[in-house]
Amino acid sequence: MKKYFGKFGGQFVPETLVMALQQLEHSYLTVGKSRKFRQELGRLLRTYAGRPTPLYLAKKLTARGGGAKIYLKREDLLHTGAHKINNAIGQALLAKMSGKRRLIAETGAGQHGVATATAAALLGMECDVYMGSVDIARQAPNVYRMELLGARVIEVASGSRTLKDAINEAMRDYTASFETTHYLIGSALGPHPYPAMVRDFQSVIGKEAKGQFAAAEGGVPDALVACVGGGSNAIGLFFPFLNEKVKMYGVEAGGDGNGHAARLTGKGKPGVLHGMKTYLLEDRHGQIADTHSVSAGLDYPAVGPQHSLFMEQGRVKYAEADDSEALSAFHLLSELEGIVPALESAHAVAFALKLARGMGRGKSIIVNLSGRGDKDVDHVRKIEGER
Amino acid sequence: MRLSQMFSKTKGAAFMPYVCCGDPNPEFTLKLAKALAQNGADAIELGIPFSDPIADGKSVQAASARALVAGMTPEKAIGIIGKLRKEGIGVPIVAMTYYNIPFSFGEEKFAVELKKAGAQGLIVPDVPIDECGPLSAACRKAGLDLVQLATPNCSDGRLRKIAARTKGFLYAVSVVGITGARGRMDARAIRLVKRAKRMGVKVAAGFGISSPAQAREFEQAGADGVIVGSRLADLYSRFISGKLIGERRALAAASKFAREMKRACLG
Repeated sequence: MKKYFGKFGGQFVPETLVMALQQLEHSYLTVGKSRKFRQELGRLLRTYAGRPTPLYLAKKLTARGGGAKIYLKREDLLHTGAHKINNAIGQALLAKMSGKRRLIAETGAGQHGVATATAAALLGMECDVYMGSVDIARQAPNVYRMELLGARVIEVASGSRTLKDAINEAMRDYTASFETTHYLIGSALGPHPYPAMVRDFQSVIGKEAKGQFAAAEGGVPDALVACVGGGSNAIGLFFPFLNEKVKMYGVEAGGDGNGHAARLTGKGKPGVLHGMKTYLLEDRHGQIADTHSVSAGLDYPAVGPQHSLFMEQGRVKYAEADDSEALSAFHLLSELEGIVPALESAHAVAFALKLARGMGRGKSIIVNLSGRGDKDVDHVRKIEGER
Repeated sequence: MRLSQMFSKTKGAAFMPYVCCGDPNPEFTLKLAKALAQNGADAIELGIPFSDPIADGKSVQAASARALVAGMTPEKAIGIIGKLRKEGIGVPIVAMTYYNIPFSFGEEKFAVELKKAGAQGLIVPDVPIDECGPLSAACRKAGLDLVQLATPNCSDGRLRKIAARTKGFLYAVSVVGITGARGRMDARAIRLVKRAKRMGVKVAAGFGISSPAQAREFEQAGADGVIVGSRLADLYSRFISGKLIGERRALAAASKFAREMKRACLG
């Protein structure tokens, strides 16, 4: 496997992890490509996770936009409520079949933690989830869900106390525990081979969407839209369309206009964090910046390395939606379509609505509705009550 | 003094304490480094704090966070190395930081300025040999030793490659995991030192070493140096409140520890 996407990616990890990552790559290329693994993964995704997910034409949202047709890829309907389960089951099954007995994960919004805890319960594995104390406070229901599923949630109180720091702590755990433990990274980021492996597990989204769109409309859509935190739901949708004549838009969190999380559209520059060379937000001394977004899942100062390459190539356009645009879309989709989106996905919906307006009526957009908003209901009610 | 000279003139194993630059303020770092050098340190490993130190345990994480809050930057840390030299500290100084710091600073400029300030070496734990090309080139050009790390889980083939690339000495990571004081050493760590010695390089052991008894164990296994960081931070940080520190007591504790460690390193 190639370690780099252009000049991005690589394997910037302490020596202890080099051997562990080589073993992981080997397992992925042998066990992970075996017929037995593919069959079992396919069966679990179908019968347990709820694949395929529908591709839904959102007529009222389309009418509101007044331009291109807006299709929603309904990853929010998956078991545990988001696309994260595609990757969690994939990696957990790989770990199990490679002889590991324990899973560790980081989580921001809690969706990946819940997905990992679920996969661990399903496959009979131990599970520890690292979560920043800021995120624990704003995503309390997910903490309890993970515990219900038998996982231990470990609070991370260092640094910015969000996703970035949870990843640091999970990597420290993995450095000492890799012999028995698999680190189940939740997005298409981290040291090689994670970005490629997670992308592959999430590509099921784009593969399905491609077939479903062809059946509904014929051909391919004119544009794809997805939110980008680490970037796994976006790359999962985009990847199978890379060689098609389709425009692609990744939507970053614009935050509240201050310490926002826009790495590809804002002040980001290439740097090295969490084992990879990629665009990231840092201060002028090279210290990683604290980010802020209303959605915990987009609150991350770096981005998956393949997105850095897509940005420099111009293959994907990156845009941002800020907190208030995301909150408006959160309400709008709930009221118009009866779908409460995750705040992360609401960023994509907000941008898609603007995009659709500027496109002709004969055109079509697929938006990856990466997760459902149940986890955000209390949080939104609270912040809107304060306003 | 070059690292190679230091190793050849040192009896037993060299005692090489790690100090996080700027914890809890720059003045204390200067005094601590001086006290360590006067009480037996044969070299100083000076940490340039980074916001996300993934190879470090709680003690060094906390030290780095305190230093950053107090305003430490790479420029200031390089300035402190210069000051130590001006004040007559002659022992080799090896800077330690994470890759984003030199990457953001400019690798060549970083290596040149470290060297100019008076550093002999650089340790960057998140750059394994497979990724070290540009940084190695920058260090070579500047005349700075880029120290490579080997771990107990390295195969013989991998260890040979690391030994061939390292400059100054080979850093034998003495735990499977991150930094932080450990009660007992892993038998694989002692084996790693013996394996590395057979490759014909100077070997310093570090990560988890916290007591004179452990230092002696490594000295007897043939280690040329013993690196101690977390334990030292634990000793002086008890006297910290905010950016202030009870200097007299902190320096006394550090000096006493340095003398004990040095004695153990003599074998």
